[in-house]
Amino acid sequence: MSSLILPAVLSGLTMGAVYALVALGLTLIYGVLHIINFAHGSLLMLALYAAYFLFVHLGVDPYLAIPILLPVFFCLGYALQRWLIAPMSSGSEQNVLLVTLALALIIDNLALYFWTSNTRSVDIPYAYNTVEFLGAYLPLGRVIAFFAALAAAPLLWLFMTRTRTGSAIRAVAIEKRGAEIVGIDVNHTYAICFGIGTACVALAACLLLPTFYVTPQVGYTFVLVAFTTVVLGGMGSLPGALIAGLLLGVIESLCGLFLGESLGQIGIFIAFILILLFKPSGLLGRRAA
Amino acid sequence: MKPQSMGQAVLIALALIYLASLYFMSSPVWMGFTINALIVAVVALAWNITGGFGGMASFGHAAMYGTGAYASAILQVQYGINAWIAFGAGIVAGAAMGAFIGALAFRYGLKGSYFALVTLAFAEVLRICASSFAITGGGSGLQLRLEPGLSTLQFNDRAVVYTILLVIVALVMALTAWLKYSRFGAYLIAVRENEDAARALGIDTYRIKVKAMAISGAFAGLAGVLYLQVWLFIDSAVVYGSAVSIEALIGPIIGGAGTVWGPLIGTLGLHLLGEGAKHLLHNAPGLNFVLYAVVLICALRFLPQGLMGLAARIGTFRKKENDNA
Repeated sequence: MSSLILPAVLSGLTMGAVYALVALGLTLIYGVLHIINFAHGSLLMLALYAAYFLFVHLGVDPYLAIPILLPVFFCLGYALQRWLIAPMSSGSEQNVLLVTLALALIIDNLALYFWTSNTRSVDIPYAYNTVEFLGAYLPLGRVIAFFAALAAAPLLWLFMTRTRTGSAIRAVAIEKRGAEIVGIDVNHTYAICFGIGTACVALAACLLLPTFYVTPQVGYTFVLVAFTTVVLGGMGSLPGALIAGLLLGVIESLCGLFLGESLGQIGIFIAFILILLFKPSGLLGRRAA
Repeated sequence: MKPQSMGQAVLIALALIYLASLYFMSSPVWMGFTINALIVAVVALAWNITGGFGGMASFGHAAMYGTGAYASAILQVQYGINAWIAFGAGIVAGAAMGAFIGALAFRYGLKGSYFALVTLAFAEVLRICASSFAITGGGSGLQLRLEPGLSTLQFNDRAVVYTILLVIVALVMALTAWLKYSRFGAYLIAVRENEDAARALGIDTYRIKVKAMAISGAFAGLAGVLYLQVWLFIDSAVVYGSAVSIEALIGPIIGGAGTVWGPLIGTLGLHLLGEGAKHLLHNAPGLNFVLYAVVLICALRFLPQGLMGLAARIGTFRKKENDNA
């Protein structure tokens, strides 16, 4: 049994890196807009389909689809926040939650209608070439995803701390009124932030597709894991999301190993309930709920 | 429960005329469809207690709905217990689950989005558990033996089932109205409007919120049991699935959260709309949810108090603040 633990931990870490990437987008949106985006998983599903169709119809390798899908999804996220979520929710937190929930329903069910519930996956032979590490054999696709996600987090952090736009985003997050007074366009900044969050999802989708599958329901699974990651890491904390994502990947993998594959995710949800109950401020969160 | 304006009177009358007209229709399709809508209306009324009066929007009412349904099904199928006792046990189980989730969530001061997320997570954990253990029938679910009769609470005649459901919905609404105008209702609304002020006035807000979750859980458990008795079959995706939780919140928001008639009217309206769309779009799966979601977004933007709130402004009978049936 003990010989199985290390490979399980490593495989959990590679999955966890993707969870972290999805959660980075979500936590960024929460940290700045203070909204929980229920449609985050649905946008991931949409990005997975986009990468899938690019591969099937145009033969674009999912990794080469990254430069195409990142800007497309940034614009999509920008437009959604600017022209749908913000105007429709009239500023109330509960309404934002409900509008994004409605958005998730629309995207998921339209996907079900147009693309049916069939499970689809792409066939990229090299993605399943194994890499040996400490006696564990990991698919190449997962290893690439792990390192790419690990690289994306500091890049995002540099963007937030070193650029003017990043500073504007942080200013709006801390003091909306004050930021408005010094001339920052708050609605534009909110929408940019939502766009970046959505672009994170597009990146995660491109990294995920070679070793994963896509169905219209895949978003729902991911959004719950992403919520857990965000809450565990501390709402709005980028490094927190990264650590929490890796941790949850390992928890899921170990639960799957000890309790059986179908119960793997239950560890994540139990962790979720426990964190929400006992430490809602998360690992690296600054303030409580 | 009385309408406060001409508009509300017309809205309520329309709902009653529709419900009554089903007795005179020759096609059983409409009655079967409305039976489903009435079961959903009971969960919607359950959501309305916490989400409407208490201002605590739950995204996981399936947790209590499914617990009620499973408690009753397990007692009947695995232990051969009488359907009437199982019926009561389902309601109690729903209430207990509601109180449990509420007690845990409110002890740590969770509200707003955190409360929504924790309820959602509970429903999801229960769904995975129900599909994994033997006592709940695992992935294949539980099936009641077909034995029509008063002692098994199973009825062949659609009209009988429909009448029983109408009576139950009326009872739940009467209870809602009674709660609303009781001391407890006043406390609950005070908690929604300003929790800190309510606490400063000496209201034990924690107790009130947990009690609201228990009552809401009892109603949701009741709805779950009704589903079981009508369809005789449940599985984890059907009773613990997110569709239940979503339908539970959309109806009241569109009809008017925190009103007695809103959840019923919203749910009936949505189901009629969904059914109409199904016929137009040739039974496309999931499209009714797209429609619900679009209506939800529009309602949030343009009808902040739902249909009952809109109707309250048409032909007001008498001036009375903050009171729309």
